[in-house]
Amino acid sequence: MFNQYFQPNDILIIYPELLLALFAMGVMIIDLFLDRAWKVLNAFTALVGIAYAAYALYRLKSNALNLSGYNHAILNDSFAIYFQFVFLIATALVILISARYLSIEGENRGDYYALILLSLIGMNFMVMGIDLITLYIALELMAVSEYILVGYLRTNRQSNEAAMKFFLLGAFSSGILLYGISLLYGISGSTDLRVIAQRLAERPSHDPIALVAVVTLTAGLLFKIGGVPFHQWLPDAYEGAPSTITTFISVAPKAASFALILRIFIVGLKPLETSWVPVLSVVCVLTMTLGNITAISQSNIKRLLAYSSIAHAGYLLLGLIAGNEYGITGIAIYFLVYAFMNIGIWTLVVAMRRKDLIGDQIQDMAGMIYKNPGAAVLMLVFLLSLAGIPPTAGFIGKYYLFASVIQTHHYVLAVIAVLNAAISLYYYFRVVVVMFMSEKTDEEKMTLSPGVLTSLAVTLVFTLLIGIYPEPFIRFAQNSLSLFQ
Amino acid sequence: MVEYFVIPAVQIVVVFLAVSVMVAYMTYLERKVVAFMQARLGPMRVGYWGLLQPIADAVKLMIKEDIIPAGADKLIFTLGPVITLIPAFAVFSVIPFSGSQFSVFGYKVHLYITDVNVGILFILALSSIGVLGIILGGWSSNSKYPLLGSLRSAAQMVSYEVAMGFSVVSVLLYTHTLSMVQIVEAQKNMGWWFAVIQPIGFIIYLICGVAETNRAPFDLPEAESELVAGFHTEYSGFRFALYFLAEYANMILISSIAVTLFWGGWLAPFPNVKALAFLQVIPGLIWFLLKVYFFLYLYIWLRATLPRFRYDQLMRVGWKFLIPVAMANVILTAVLRLYLK
Amino acid sequence: MMTFDQILFYALAVIAVLSAIMVITRRNPVHSALFLITTLFCVAGIYLQLHAEFLAAVQVIVYVGGIMVLFLFVIMLVNLETLSQERRFNRQWHIAILVSVVLLVEFGTIIWRGKAALQLPANQPLMDTLTTNNSEQLGVVLYQQYMLPFEIASFLLLVAIIGAVILAKRRLSSDGK
Repeated sequence: MFNQYFQPNDILIIYPELLLALFAMGVMIIDLFLDRAWKVLNAFTALVGIAYAAYALYRLKSNALNLSGYNHAILNDSFAIYFQFVFLIATALVILISARYLSIEGENRGDYYALILLSLIGMNFMVMGIDLITLYIALELMAVSEYILVGYLRTNRQSNEAAMKFFLLGAFSSGILLYGISLLYGISGSTDLRVIAQRLAERPSHDPIALVAVVTLTAGLLFKIGGVPFHQWLPDAYEGAPSTITTFISVAPKAASFALILRIFIVGLKPLETSWVPVLSVVCVLTMTLGNITAISQSNIKRLLAYSSIAHAGYLLLGLIAGNEYGITGIAIYFLVYAFMNIGIWTLVVAMRRKDLIGDQIQDMAGMIYKNPGAAVLMLVFLLSLAGIPPTAGFIGKYYLFASVIQTHHYVLAVIAVLNAAISLYYYFRVVVVMFMSEKTDEEKMTLSPGVLTSLAVTLVFTLLIGIYPEPFIRFAQNSLSLFQ
Repeated sequence: MVEYFVIPAVQIVVVFLAVSVMVAYMTYLERKVVAFMQARLGPMRVGYWGLLQPIADAVKLMIKEDIIPAGADKLIFTLGPVITLIPAFAVFSVIPFSGSQFSVFGYKVHLYITDVNVGILFILALSSIGVLGIILGGWSSNSKYPLLGSLRSAAQMVSYEVAMGFSVVSVLLYTHTLSMVQIVEAQKNMGWWFAVIQPIGFIIYLICGVAETNRAPFDLPEAESELVAGFHTEYSGFRFALYFLAEYANMILISSIAVTLFWGGWLAPFPNVKALAFLQVIPGLIWFLLKVYFFLYLYIWLRATLPRFRYDQLMRVGWKFLIPVAMANVILTAVLRLYLK
Repeated sequence: MMTFDQILFYALAVIAVLSAIMVITRRNPVHSALFLITTLFCVAGIYLQLHAEFLAAVQVIVYVGGIMVLFLFVIMLVNLETLSQERRFNRQWHIAILVSVVLLVEFGTIIWRGKAALQLPANQPLMDTLTTNNSEQLGVVLYQQYMLPFEIASFLLLVAIIGAVILAKRRLSSDGK
């Protein structure tokens, strides 16, 4: 049974994913036997699955570090383990807030959690993979689950439209990505990123085919993180999707796509650095600026956060452009922080969904300080963090990213980034003004289920804790530096 | 030059003519057998015992008026029968009629047109095209019965193709090759027909084969009592003849594959029993044809015996019974092959 | 002077591209589907030229025999009358063509000007082609070297099935269970 391509260790490495798969199918089967009132148990099952996976991952960290498996298809380095922890945290928080939201929407079924867990498997393989084929298939597993989740509210036209746009553009960008992958394979005769790096280094600099490969690959990957000019799907998908799913896709898949980009660019395309750094710099500036400027004119909170999310992708690209230890640590810590602050703010948006009220207009938040003072204050903290004001966690993330480009002497980029952070303050505070200064328009309170409350508590604690006492988290994030090995 | 062009060309012509004649007389056989089963005589007027009946039928179809319904998509209407017919005949290029070879003017000639290394896949691929012609024909007629018939037939063929593929896979697990000739050779080496080793696979193949050709008891696409004549209701004359040819050619094809995969192709029965070695005096081609005609007889027998399935029954049998059983069979076979080596 | 192989390749390639264009320009979706089938066939032919017989056969089985049949199935179930009246392009098609042409020219020139560097490495044959056939090689690569992606793909299919069920299932009026 075992041979050079398949060894007992290989099963060990994918143990967390196997557990997740088991629970994904378990949720669907258990769902069949649950009465409507007990559907909340589905969320519980999924959470247990995530806990098991996290434990397995923790064991892997000490047992099987830097072990590659399946004939060098995946590598279990600390970079991968770090990002998998981020995904697990984000997914657990999303599941916490989902149960009540789904029952309000009347779509409380087990397959929702199954899809989330399956996309989690895809993301895990995206950060572990060091082989282009594994990476691509894992990316598709994640993406296809997302398409379905975005259109999960079948009777809601907006949700359907969002899913359709997301799916069509996503399929198109996957095609472009595959074209780049096939060119890379043609050049190097291998799908292993490290072999590709070797072969690329042997080729003449400014090799035209390599250039075309890099451009198409970049275009395909930028789509997944919503980099300008491949961002148009993002606001529509974020707005139309069920809010809990928006919470999910704005954090976990984005982190996974970024990790994938880091792996491909830092490991595989390192020899072509001179060709992709200028391209990415332009994209980075455009993404930051366009995201922030468009966000100013939004009246819908979901769209506002969507554009803000585009802008954040721009900041994150700074770390990749710098490509040094500071940059990578910055991206890693930023995603940890982003997981907490972004899920926190989206949780509040989810909680505003009440019966008969969608609650996604900024105006719906008018006078929140009088109705739900606690929620209003929380919102303020998360918005401050998104804007990157100390002592919140957002500051630490931005600090690392901005510092990394200064280290590599990209001063122009650093200046533009700081200017953008200033712009973002404006529209974040517009929300604050509505919450604190306007008269309340209705008496409807927020739906605060135990899950939502837990999620809010966790996100708040960590958003402040990382900001005030960042050392242990930074050390945790520095795990990702194994990328350079 | 001769080897690559002339010999294959001759082979193709011979096979084409042979299959066409077989198809023509298949209709005769069918009418006769069904008649005898129902205590009738069948066609008796044209020629001795009606032996020239197929030719008369062919002439009639050729000279009949060719009608294209108003509002039909003309291009697709004409393409439909052709799309169905071409693959039905083309697949015979990889059917191994016999393993023996002989020499003509110093050139070695096989009794099959070619032996490609993906033979069985090639057959499955081409025969899956046939359904396109049926759908297109039904749709382009711009008439509701043909449309319903073609939709039924597409659903049926796509469903049963899956189970059929699995039953073929269960054989491939023993052969280590996809080549039709080597599949027969493998049975020679094992000393058994695969029908003995793989009875479940064989039975599933038979059922799916009947369903794939839209024959009774799975002839819903052309159920007269519900759909007039199914997808070819609007077809007349020569175009109708093309569909007809394709259907019967497919029956011969399904029988030929069954013989090759499960009944040892051109091999004599019990190839490993010494006492029966005298059976090998009879040439392989004769054995092959005998077996094929057995299956063709089975087709007619089924038609004369069994009533038609209802549509939901048909789908239930396909998806809920045949496919799971075929999959289980493949998995079981694979596990046994791995551990009983 | 072109060899027979080259003539065949160019013929297949030209037909494939032309029918691909026809796919997107035909008004009648059934015609589009037919042209798509033609394209897929030509691609299968090119696979055959590369001695990838298995791939060619699978291409025909999966795409022509499976996917396109279902395509046609769906096209026939939706209302064709309205569908063929609708415009196949929105107002952006001028810009789209412009961008496509620019991109094509760009890629074309880059590759043309750098064709000196177009030395692709000689791929070593994975196995002895005389003793093993194409299908066997593919099997070995798929089930050994790329076993993990293959297994992940099975999850991808599972997700697709779940998705199809979710999106296609009608909301039951009383799904008490």
